[in-house]
Amino acid sequence: MSKMTLKTEGDKHLIVTRHFAASPEAVYRAHTEPGLIQKWLLGPEGWTMPVCISEARPGGKIRYEWTDGKGGGFHLTGEYLELVPFSRIVHVERMHLPQTTPDNHVETRFEQAATGTLMTMRMTLPDAETRAAMLATGMQHGMEASYARLDATI
Amino acid sequence: MPNLDSAFSALADPTRRAILARLASGEATVMELAEPFEMTQPAISRHLKVLEGAGLIVRRVEGTKRPCRLAPNGIDAIERWLAMLREALAKNYDRLDEVLADMTIERQKDMP
Repeated sequence: MSKMTLKTEGDKHLIVTRHFAASPEAVYRAHTEPGLIQKWLLGPEGWTMPVCISEARPGGKIRYEWTDGKGGGFHLTGEYLELVPFSRIVHVERMHLPQTTPDNHVETRFEQAATGTLMTMRMTLPDAETRAAMLATGMQHGMEASYARLDATI
Repeated sequence: MPNLDSAFSALADPTRRAILARLASGEATVMELAEPFEMTQPAISRHLKVLEGAGLIVRRVEGTKRPCRLAPNGIDAIERWLAMLREALAKNYDRLDEVLADMTIERQKDMP
Protein backbone atom coordinates (compact mmCIF):
# COMPACT_ATOMS: atom_id res chain seq x y z
CA MET A 1 0.00 0.00 0.00
CA SER A 2 1.37 3.38 -0.95
CA LYS A 3 0.77 6.00 1.69
CA MET A 4 1.77 8.94 -0.47
CA THR A 5 -0.06 10.60 -3.34
CA LEU A 6 1.38 13.08 -5.82
CA LYS A 7 -0.85 14.78 -8.33
CA THR A 8 -1.11 17.89 -10.44
CA GLU A 9 -4.08 20.21 -10.06
CA GLY A 10 -5.01 22.78 -12.71
CA ASP A 11 -2.08 24.37 -14.52
CA LYS A 12 0.04 25.56 -11.62
CA HIS A 13 -0.39 23.26 -8.65
CA LEU A 14 1.22 20.09 -7.36
CA ILE A 15 -0.38 18.34 -4.40
CA VAL A 16 1.37 15.79 -2.20
CA THR A 17 -0.41 13.96 0.62
CA ARG A 18 1.05 11.52 3.14
CA HIS A 19 -0.06 9.84 6.37
CA PHE A 20 2.28 9.63 9.37
CA ALA A 21 1.93 7.49 12.48
CA ALA A 22 2.81 10.38 14.77
CA SER A 23 1.18 13.47 16.22
CA PRO A 24 0.79 16.67 14.17
CA GLU A 25 3.20 18.26 16.66
CA ALA A 26 5.96 15.74 15.88
CA VAL A 27 5.44 15.99 12.10
CA TYR A 28 5.40 19.79 12.26
CA ARG A 29 8.62 19.82 14.28
CA ALA A 30 10.29 17.44 11.80
CA HIS A 31 9.46 19.99 9.06
CA THR A 32 10.79 23.05 10.91
CA GLU A 33 13.69 22.05 13.23
CA PRO A 34 17.06 21.90 11.40
CA GLY A 35 18.40 18.93 13.36
CA LEU A 36 15.36 16.88 12.36
CA ILE A 37 15.09 18.14 8.75
CA GLN A 38 18.69 17.07 8.12
CA LYS A 39 17.79 13.49 8.95
CA TRP A 40 15.21 12.95 6.25
CA LEU A 41 14.94 15.65 3.54
CA LEU A 42 17.73 14.12 1.48
CA GLY A 43 16.47 12.65 -1.79
CA PRO A 44 18.39 9.67 -3.14
CA GLU A 45 20.74 7.41 -1.19
CA GLY A 46 24.14 8.91 -0.50
CA TRP A 47 23.07 12.56 -0.37
CA THR A 48 23.40 14.61 2.80
CA MET A 49 22.39 18.11 3.92
CA PRO A 50 25.43 19.62 5.68
CA VAL A 51 23.84 23.09 5.93
CA CYS A 52 20.29 23.55 7.19
CA ILE A 53 18.98 26.95 8.23
CA SER A 54 15.32 27.06 9.22
CA GLU A 55 14.16 30.15 11.12
CA ALA A 56 10.60 29.09 11.87
CA ARG A 57 8.95 32.49 12.25
CA PRO A 58 7.21 34.78 9.71
CA GLY A 59 9.96 36.35 7.59
CA GLY A 60 12.47 33.75 8.83
CA LYS A 61 15.07 32.41 6.42
CA ILE A 62 15.32 28.94 4.92
CA ARG A 63 18.52 27.59 3.40
CA TYR A 64 19.17 23.93 2.64
CA GLU A 65 22.44 22.79 1.05
CA TRP A 66 22.74 19.27 -0.32
CA THR A 67 25.83 17.39 -1.41
CA ASP A 68 26.44 13.97 -2.94
CA GLY A 69 29.85 13.80 -1.18
CA LYS A 70 31.60 13.66 -4.57
CA GLY A 71 31.70 17.37 -5.31
CA GLY A 72 28.14 17.55 -6.62
CA GLY A 73 25.48 19.61 -4.93
CA PHE A 74 22.94 22.40 -5.03
CA HIS A 75 21.00 24.54 -2.59
CA LEU A 76 17.58 25.94 -1.88
CA THR A 77 16.66 29.25 -0.28
CA GLY A 78 13.33 30.53 0.94
CA GLU A 79 11.37 32.47 3.52
CA TYR A 80 8.64 31.53 5.95
CA LEU A 81 5.46 33.55 5.48
CA GLU A 82 3.11 32.08 8.03
CA LEU A 83 3.34 29.44 10.78
CA VAL A 84 0.54 28.02 12.87
CA PRO A 85 2.00 25.48 15.31
CA PHE A 86 1.36 22.56 14.76
CA SER A 87 -1.05 22.71 11.86
CA ARG A 88 0.12 24.96 9.02
CA ILE A 89 3.28 26.26 7.35
CA VAL A 90 3.33 28.67 4.42
CA HIS A 91 6.66 29.43 2.78
CA VAL A 92 8.26 30.27 -0.56
CA GLU A 93 11.30 28.48 -1.89
CA ARG A 94 13.53 28.43 -4.96
CA MET A 95 16.33 26.17 -6.08
CA HIS A 96 19.80 27.31 -7.13
CA LEU A 97 21.08 24.78 -9.63
CA PRO A 98 23.08 27.17 -9.88
CA GLN A 99 20.58 29.08 -12.05
CA THR A 100 17.69 30.20 -9.86
CA THR A 101 14.28 28.64 -10.43
CA PRO A 102 11.05 30.69 -10.12
CA ASP A 103 9.49 30.90 -6.67
CA ASN A 104 7.51 27.90 -5.51
CA HIS A 105 4.81 28.92 -3.01
CA VAL A 106 4.15 26.05 -0.61
CA GLU A 107 1.38 25.54 1.91
CA THR A 108 1.79 22.51 4.19
CA ARG A 109 -1.04 21.41 6.48
CA PHE A 110 -0.91 18.85 9.27
CA GLU A 111 -4.26 17.48 10.37
CA GLN A 112 -5.00 15.13 13.23
CA ALA A 113 -6.21 11.84 11.78
CA ALA A 114 -7.49 8.72 13.52
CA THR A 115 -4.13 6.98 13.15
CA GLY A 116 -1.81 9.96 13.36
CA THR A 117 -1.38 12.87 10.99
CA LEU A 118 -2.46 13.64 7.45
CA MET A 119 -0.04 15.99 5.72
CA THR A 120 -1.17 17.91 2.64
CA MET A 121 1.42 19.93 0.76
CA ARG A 122 0.13 22.25 -1.93
CA MET A 123 2.73 23.81 -4.22
CA THR A 124 1.84 26.74 -6.46
CA LEU A 125 4.14 27.56 -9.36
CA PRO A 126 3.93 30.75 -11.45
CA ASP A 127 2.66 28.85 -14.51
CA ALA A 128 2.39 25.48 -16.24
CA GLU A 129 5.76 25.95 -17.97
CA THR A 130 7.51 26.42 -14.63
CA ARG A 131 5.79 23.38 -13.19
CA ALA A 132 6.92 21.22 -16.11
CA ALA A 133 10.45 22.62 -15.83
CA MET A 134 10.50 22.04 -12.08
CA LEU A 135 9.45 18.44 -12.50
CA ALA A 136 12.15 18.05 -15.13
CA THR A 137 14.99 19.62 -13.08
CA GLY A 138 13.98 17.58 -10.07
CA MET A 139 15.08 14.65 -12.09
CA GLN A 140 18.35 16.11 -13.38
CA HIS A 141 19.57 16.93 -9.92
CA GLY A 142 20.00 14.23 -7.41
CA MET A 143 18.23 11.45 -9.22
CA GLU A 144 21.22 9.80 -10.86
CA ALA A 145 20.35 6.52 -9.19
CA SER A 146 16.93 6.59 -10.82
CA TYR A 147 18.47 7.55 -14.16
CA ALA A 148 20.72 4.53 -13.87
CA ARG A 149 17.73 2.31 -13.15
CA LEU A 150 15.86 3.80 -16.10
CA ASP A 151 18.86 3.19 -18.34
CA ALA A 152 18.95 -0.39 -17.18
CA THR A 153 15.30 -0.97 -18.00
CA ILE A 154 15.41 0.47 -21.53
CA MET B 1 13.15 5.92 -26.50
CA PRO B 2 12.76 9.69 -26.07
CA ASN B 3 15.18 11.97 -24.26
CA LEU B 4 13.34 13.14 -21.13
CA ASP B 5 14.84 16.64 -21.17
CA SER B 6 13.57 17.30 -24.67
CA ALA B 7 10.27 15.58 -23.83
CA PHE B 8 9.69 17.93 -20.90
CA SER B 9 10.70 21.05 -22.80
CA ALA B 10 8.39 19.93 -25.62
CA LEU B 11 5.58 19.57 -23.06
CA ALA B 12 6.23 23.02 -21.58
CA ASP B 13 4.33 24.61 -24.48
CA PRO B 14 0.50 24.77 -24.18
CA THR B 15 -0.08 24.37 -27.94
CA ARG B 16 2.05 21.24 -28.01
CA ARG B 17 0.19 19.80 -25.03
CA ALA B 18 -3.08 20.53 -26.87
CA ILE B 19 -1.74 18.80 -30.00
CA LEU B 20 -0.88 15.72 -27.93
CA ALA B 21 -4.35 15.78 -26.38
CA ARG B 22 -5.86 15.89 -29.89
CA LEU B 23 -3.62 13.03 -31.05
CA ALA B 24 -4.73 10.95 -28.08
CA SER B 25 -8.02 10.51 -29.93
CA GLY B 26 -6.31 9.35 -33.12
CA GLU B 27 -4.03 10.06 -36.05
CA ALA B 28 -4.24 13.50 -37.71
CA THR B 29 -2.68 15.42 -40.58
CA VAL B 30 -1.07 18.86 -40.29
CA MET B 31 -4.13 20.36 -41.95
CA GLU B 32 -6.49 18.71 -39.47
CA LEU B 33 -4.37 19.91 -36.57
CA ALA B 34 -4.01 23.49 -37.86
CA GLU B 35 -7.78 24.01 -38.01
CA PRO B 36 -8.85 23.96 -34.34
CA PHE B 37 -5.74 25.84 -33.20
CA GLU B 38 -6.23 28.69 -35.68
CA MET B 39 -2.59 28.46 -36.59
CA THR B 40 -0.83 28.35 -39.92
CA GLN B 41 0.35 24.98 -41.18
CA PRO B 42 4.04 26.02 -41.00
CA ALA B 43 3.53 26.99 -37.34
CA ILE B 44 1.92 23.63 -36.57
CA SER B 45 4.70 21.88 -38.52
CA ARG B 46 7.29 23.55 -36.28
CA HIS B 47 5.52 22.27 -33.17
CA LEU B 48 5.27 18.80 -34.69
CA LYS B 49 8.99 18.82 -35.41
CA VAL B 50 9.69 19.54 -31.71
CA LEU B 51 7.29 16.78 -30.59
CA GLU B 52 8.82 14.36 -33.07
CA GLY B 53 12.37 15.27 -31.98
CA ALA B 54 11.36 14.64 -28.37
CA GLY B 55 10.10 11.18 -29.30
CA LEU B 56 6.52 11.99 -28.31
CA ILE B 57 4.95 11.52 -31.76
CA VAL B 58 5.72 9.52 -34.87
CA ARG B 59 4.83 10.36 -38.49
CA ARG B 60 4.34 8.21 -41.54
CA VAL B 61 4.26 9.03 -45.22
CA GLU B 62 0.98 8.71 -47.12
CA GLY B 63 1.29 10.23 -50.59
CA THR B 64 2.03 13.91 -50.02
CA LYS B 65 0.69 13.82 -46.46
CA ARG B 66 2.56 12.93 -43.31
CA PRO B 67 -0.08 12.05 -40.71
CA CYS B 68 1.14 11.90 -37.10
CA ARG B 69 0.16 9.95 -34.04
CA LEU B 70 1.29 9.55 -30.45
CA ALA B 71 4.44 7.51 -29.82
CA PRO B 72 3.38 5.09 -27.09
CA ASN B 73 6.96 4.85 -25.75
CA GLY B 74 7.19 8.62 -25.39
CA ILE B 75 4.18 8.85 -23.13
CA ASP B 76 5.40 5.82 -21.18
CA ALA B 77 8.69 7.58 -20.45
CA ILE B 78 6.90 10.59 -18.93
CA GLU B 79 4.73 8.29 -16.83
CA ARG B 80 7.78 6.39 -15.69
CA TRP B 81 9.56 9.62 -14.83
CA LEU B 82 6.64 10.78 -12.68
CA ALA B 83 6.76 7.39 -10.97
CA MET B 84 10.43 7.98 -10.16
CA LEU B 85 9.76 11.42 -8.72
CA ARG B 86 7.09 9.82 -6.59
CA GLU B 87 9.61 7.22 -5.49
CA ALA B 88 12.21 9.86 -4.46
CA LEU B 89 9.63 11.77 -2.42
CA ALA B 90 8.33 8.54 -0.94
CA LYS B 91 11.89 7.67 0.16
CA ASN B 92 12.16 11.00 2.01
CA TYR B 93 8.91 10.33 3.81
CA ASP B 94 9.91 6.77 4.69
CA ARG B 95 12.98 8.26 6.35
CA LEU B 96 10.72 10.76 8.11
CA ASP B 97 8.70 7.83 9.50
CA GLU B 98 11.89 6.61 11.21
CA VAL B 99 12.69 10.10 12.53
CA LEU B 100 9.18 10.34 13.97
CA ALA B 101 9.45 6.90 15.57
CA ASP B 102 12.73 7.97 17.24
CA MET B 103 11.08 11.18 18.48
CA THR B 104 8.33 9.14 20.13
CA ILE B 105 10.89 6.92 21.86
CA GLU B 106 12.83 9.97 23.08
CA ARG B 107 9.65 11.41 24.52
CA GLN B 108 8.78 8.17 26.32
CA LYS B 109 12.28 8.13 27.86
CA ASP B 110 11.75 11.69 29.13
CA MET B 111 8.56 10.74 30.91
CA PRO B 112 8.87 10.03 34.63
